[in-house]
Amino acid sequence: MIRRATLPTGLAILAVAASLAATPISAARSEPDPATRERLTHLLIQDCGSCHGLTLQGGLGKPLLPENVSDRSVEVLAEIILDGIAGTPMPPWKGLISQDDALFIAETLKRGLPR
Amino acid sequence: MTSASTSRRGLFRAAGAGLAAGLVPTAATAAEPLLRGTGDLGLVVERATGSLLLVDTTARAVLAGIDGLGDMSHASLVFDRSERYAFVFGRDGGLTKVDLLTASIVKRIVQGGNAIGGAISDDGKLVAVSNYTPGGVRVFDTETLEMVADVPAIDAKGAPSKTVGLVDLPFRTFAWSLLDGDEIWIGDFTDARAPKLTRYPGIGRLPYDGVATSDGRWYIAGLFGEDALTRLDLWTAGARPEKVLAGYGKGEQPLPVYKMPHMEGWGTAGDLLLIPAVGRHEVLAVDRNSFREVGRIPVHGQPVFCVARPDGRQVWVNYAHPVNDTVEVIDVPSLKVVHAFVPGPAVLHLEFTPRGHEVWISVRDRNRIDIHETRTFAKIAEISAKSPSGIFFTPRAHRLGV
Repeated sequence: MIRRATLPTGLAILAVAASLAATPISAARSEPDPATRERLTHLLIQDCGSCHGLTLQGGLGKPLLPENVSDRSVEVLAEIILDGIAGTPMPPWKGLISQDDALFIAETLKRGLPR
Repeated sequence: MTSASTSRRGLFRAAGAGLAAGLVPTAATAAEPLLRGTGDLGLVVERATGSLLLVDTTARAVLAGIDGLGDMSHASLVFDRSERYAFVFGRDGGLTKVDLLTASIVKRIVQGGNAIGGAISDDGKLVAVSNYTPGGVRVFDTETLEMVADVPAIDAKGAPSKTVGLVDLPFRTFAWSLLDGDEIWIGDFTDARAPKLTRYPGIGRLPYDGVATSDGRWYIAGLFGEDALTRLDLWTAGARPEKVLAGYGKGEQPLPVYKMPHMEGWGTAGDLLLIPAVGRHEVLAVDRNSFREVGRIPVHGQPVFCVARPDGRQVWVNYAHPVNDTVEVIDVPSLKVVHAFVPGPAVLHLEFTPRGHEVWISVRDRNRIDIHETRTFAKIAEISAKSPSGIFFTPRAHRLGV
């Protein structure tokens, strides 16, 4: 997998899109270690949660419960997380988190937050 | 420095013999009711656990915990004019009336699916709640929490809208903005069951919050979708909303916004308002009458809260992720940052004592409230709290537009 950090931003986005399209997620990455999982779950609950609600039931931002994201693939969700949605308050997170991070968050959204 | 546990023990002893540690020294549970005023009390939102802490700002101590308030992400609250009761607005649509003297819930209803805040009328009779789901504003009797008015926010295109920036105005009036509908609405609830609504469409794209100046003259909506704010003159009959500070970003691309700024607490600092610039590492200093920019202060990150000390001499600023561990203090006469410090990860809110000699700061990920003296900036105490967010002191009861 291409490391985005080594590329200029514009190229990086293309590379992400290309690699996402080309690479099955499960084959591309290993499960993040427990500390990473904890860090990203905290980010999801607290920082995504500041717009989408602590339990992701929605707020200023849309609800992100499993039933709300069922029509989007993990890859599409990860792209939205990394690139944001222009013209809306959803910011691009690619300056702060890696592609693997975004994929983990997207998978967590599909699965639902741990209770 | 006082530790929270010491303070708590001290207070329990003071509250009367026979109270075991952990019991609440309240009128309901104490052998002898605790006779006291409420003017130096406050409530702290513990957002992860759906609870509140009742705090004493003179003793710098926790008096009691109050549980059972539901989903408290982005929770806020207002106090009634007796400063005895608080009305807590939860994210889950919960509206809870809390008695500070007994540290207990008087009544709790779930009034909507997803709420964002509320306001209380000047006569203390009506509490209004702003909803994301189902949208619109609902108004309740403060005595019974019975709903007296339901005002859906249907915009000019006929679509329902989330409502934001709900504030109180004089004479049983509330103002709010339609996030999706780009409108400001003013509702006069003199007759609560037949409110008079005035709508102002086309105010600018994506109003994300609103505030009223403390004199009640201006309602100001911050715009997320435009490089401007919109203000409405409430003292001039027939006035139209006008864009102010248009193009304050000077055409530069804003940075990604990881947390929306809040407009609450923009106090007036002398002739100035200091306001967070959206998507920029700047605080804008604006003439409070003309709304012309008189300066901009480079700061550490994207400002979330810019809260003026009550005397207006300082403005304290916290920041969005990923630099939300820092607080800076702007000296208003010089418009310069004169102090910066790092309380810890996730500084979410700050609240001054009524005359501003001390400030309480919630440090969410340290599970702590820090208390600083505002002349020397020195930290003088800390209090344990679980994931603290909003801090609210009772003198808010007497402030307009909060």
